[in-house]
Amino acid sequence: MVANASNGDELRIGVFVCDCGLNIAGAVDTADVTEYAKTLQDVVCAVQNKYTCADPGQNEIKDAIKLHNLNRVVVASCTPRQHEPTFRQCVHEAGLNPYLMEMANLREHCSWVHPNDWDGATSKAKDLVASAVARARFLQSQEEMAVPVTQRALVIGGGIAGIEAALQLAEQGHKVTLVEKTATIGGIMAQLDKTYPTMDCSI
Amino acid sequence: MGLSSRKAIYIPFPQAVPSAYTLDMENCLGNNPIACGKCQDVCEQDAIDYDDQDELIVREVGAVVVAIGLDVYDPTEMDEYGYTRFENVITSMEFERLICAGGPTDGHFVRPSDVTRPKRIGFIQCVGSRNPAIGRPYCSNICCMNTIKDTLLLADHYPDTGNVVSYQDIRAFGKSFEDMFQRSKEMGVRYVRGLPGDIEEDPETGNLIITVENTTSGKLERHELDMVVLSVGVIPPKDLKKISGLLTLSKTSDGFFMESHPKLKPVDAPTKGVYFAGFCESPKDIKESVCQSGAAASKVGALLNAGEIHIEAITSVIDPDLCTECGICAGLCPYSAIVWEKGQKAEVIEAACAGCGCCGAACKFGAITMRHFTDDQLVAQVQAVLEHEPDEKVFVFACNWCSYAGGDMAGISRLEYPASNRVIRTMCSARVSEEMVLEAFRAGAPVVLVSGCHYADCHYINANRQTVVRVQRLWNKLEKAGVRPERLQLEWISAAEGQKFAKVMKEMEVLRATVTPEEIAHAREALKPKPKKEKVKKEAKAESVTS
Ligand code: SF4
Ligand code: SF4
Ligand code: SF4
Repeated sequence: MVANASNGDELRIGVFVCDCGLNIAGAVDTADVTEYAKTLQDVVCAVQNKYTCADPGQNEIKDAIKLHNLNRVVVASCTPRQHEPTFRQCVHEAGLNPYLMEMANLREHCSWVHPNDWDGATSKAKDLVASAVARARFLQSQEEMAVPVTQRALVIGGGIAGIEAALQLAEQGHKVTLVEKTATIGGIMAQLDKTYPTMDCSI
Repeated sequence: MGLSSRKAIYIPFPQAVPSAYTLDMENCLGNNPIACGKCQDVCEQDAIDYDDQDELIVREVGAVVVAIGLDVYDPTEMDEYGYTRFENVITSMEFERLICAGGPTDGHFVRPSDVTRPKRIGFIQCVGSRNPAIGRPYCSNICCMNTIKDTLLLADHYPDTGNVVSYQDIRAFGKSFEDMFQRSKEMGVRYVRGLPGDIEEDPETGNLIITVENTTSGKLERHELDMVVLSVGVIPPKDLKKISGLLTLSKTSDGFFMESHPKLKPVDAPTKGVYFAGFCESPKDIKESVCQSGAAASKVGALLNAGEIHIEAITSVIDPDLCTECGICAGLCPYSAIVWEKGQKAEVIEAACAGCGCCGAACKFGAITMRHFTDDQLVAQVQAVLEHEPDEKVFVFACNWCSYAGGDMAGISRLEYPASNRVIRTMCSARVSEEMVLEAFRAGAPVVLVSGCHYADCHYINANRQTVVRVQRLWNKLEKAGVRPERLQLEWISAAEGQKFAKVMKEMEVLRATVTPEEIAHAREALKPKPKKEKVKKEAKAESVTS
């Protein structure tokens, strides 16, 4: 493994540990995790936030990037499947490439599933942060490729849901292809006599 | 539905759109004019073409709305209600046809056995819903209100009917629904809390007898009825599997499509550019379907208006200097995104690469780098996690789409499991190379789990088949090295299976506790890489080539 992970630049990593109110801080010693983060290789600052995704939290990240000249950011909060886009955008706004941000999942994968094991959850959280920092040391800037979107939508199914979606898209001025496997549209709804709550005819 | 007969050329129902006749090709005597051809003779517009064939239309689209609806539950399997045995037991869908002015009886409401008007009608709720015994534990959402509506219709058309509704709970939570429920009760409909065990028929009269324990009063009630309507539930449509395969979608445990997030992304499919509308995502009524359709349309609109999308920079990159032209990667790529011909360096078509990382894990020559999921990054994570007290940890590789998301689902559902596991995310389980697993054992992991999407649900078509191949190869390797192969586990966990995730983590912890310090130490030694030998070989080869 190469010792200098970032192609020669000096690595400056900032770690932001989120309490998520009590969602994380209720089961994990976030203060201890923050202190631990400071001891990890190339970490130059570690901050504990109440809600990292809220404006004050995001501003703290942005300020720290400028103040400490950070070139990698680790957000230890919730699942990347929820907030990765948020924090990528956040570091981007502070001038960092979005791919230089890494997350550690201290909520869905830790505090929420180990609510009765303070020590176990805290040491797991530390490992997850260490893992994210280790990964962050090797992160590189990436450019995303832009691909044009074909200007037509396909709606599969000509029941009430499909018809409605197709009509609304057409109203917006988009080309729509509606496919229906049977000879008529209307789906199950068309087989009903009256429908609730209006008690009127289904067609 | 078999309530009446129809010709081989027909308009499906009076208000059908398009209002055109359609041929029932199974029953039409066909295009042999000697056999028939009558309809063609009489059609002045020459609109009938027996030879008209299905035509394949190719359309390129930028977004897809999946609105494939539902199927209605067929109560045949619930034989206790006698749907196939008793003529006067009908389903709620058949009720719709019978009460409809355009239906087979022109809206004269009669019962099938003797074509007389039934005066005492029973409705049985939750047929095919909220019934784990038949594998349908979910609430179908619409049947309570549909029955309430039916009782109001009957009360309106035939004030002299007496109706009984046998139910578990009445779920009337929508706007103005409670009003309807109260109105139905005021009109004399009897609501009995409890479901009958079975239905009996009086063979003479064709009447039906139900016995229900009214759980509100604690009394046993017996009702003789002229007709029973089974308020049937709804089930995922038959075509769901097919569409699911075409668009790499997944389903929740109830069999309907799984959305990206239960609260925040209820109309988005996990596959980019695909959205859900209506029933196929979960049971819902017309109003909710219309709402969801609007949401889906607005999402599609936003996507089309944006004009372009950015592809996540997680694609594969081949270094031509390291590529030995073996071609292995090209053969494995599920998207045929790697171009290679004998005697040529492999090349990635970036726009076609989905970033699964299968090729990256397969290249033996280190020629492939996965952008943002590099070997260096992943190995660094393995080492960081196992740096301290590795013997107490279960090391887990989880794929982004299914097993990692299953872990998220366990979290969202607050399912507890032991805190010993340490999860690393890759896009696909096929990204996990043999080296990475070995590295975890070398770092002292007692147990390593590789987890991915269920075999048929792989988000990268079938990349996870390579996962299986690799894990099997690793099991052999471990065995040879005297390492217990069970220490490497393979599990499929879907995004919806939070419970399975928690269960697997418990099992892994049990397994971990069985691994002795001696075993761990042995694996560390036995699996050490033999870099020198390999290098010497390679150099020797290189020399022999150049000389
Ligand atoms: S970043 Fe995630 S964990 Fe932190 S406050 Fe926001 S939602 Fe909660
Ligand atoms: S597997 Fe590696 S060496 Fe073989 S063709 Fe692909 S990139 Fe080249
Ligand atoms: S195997 Fe996967 S990562 Fe490799 S080129 Fe194909 S799609 Fe891309």
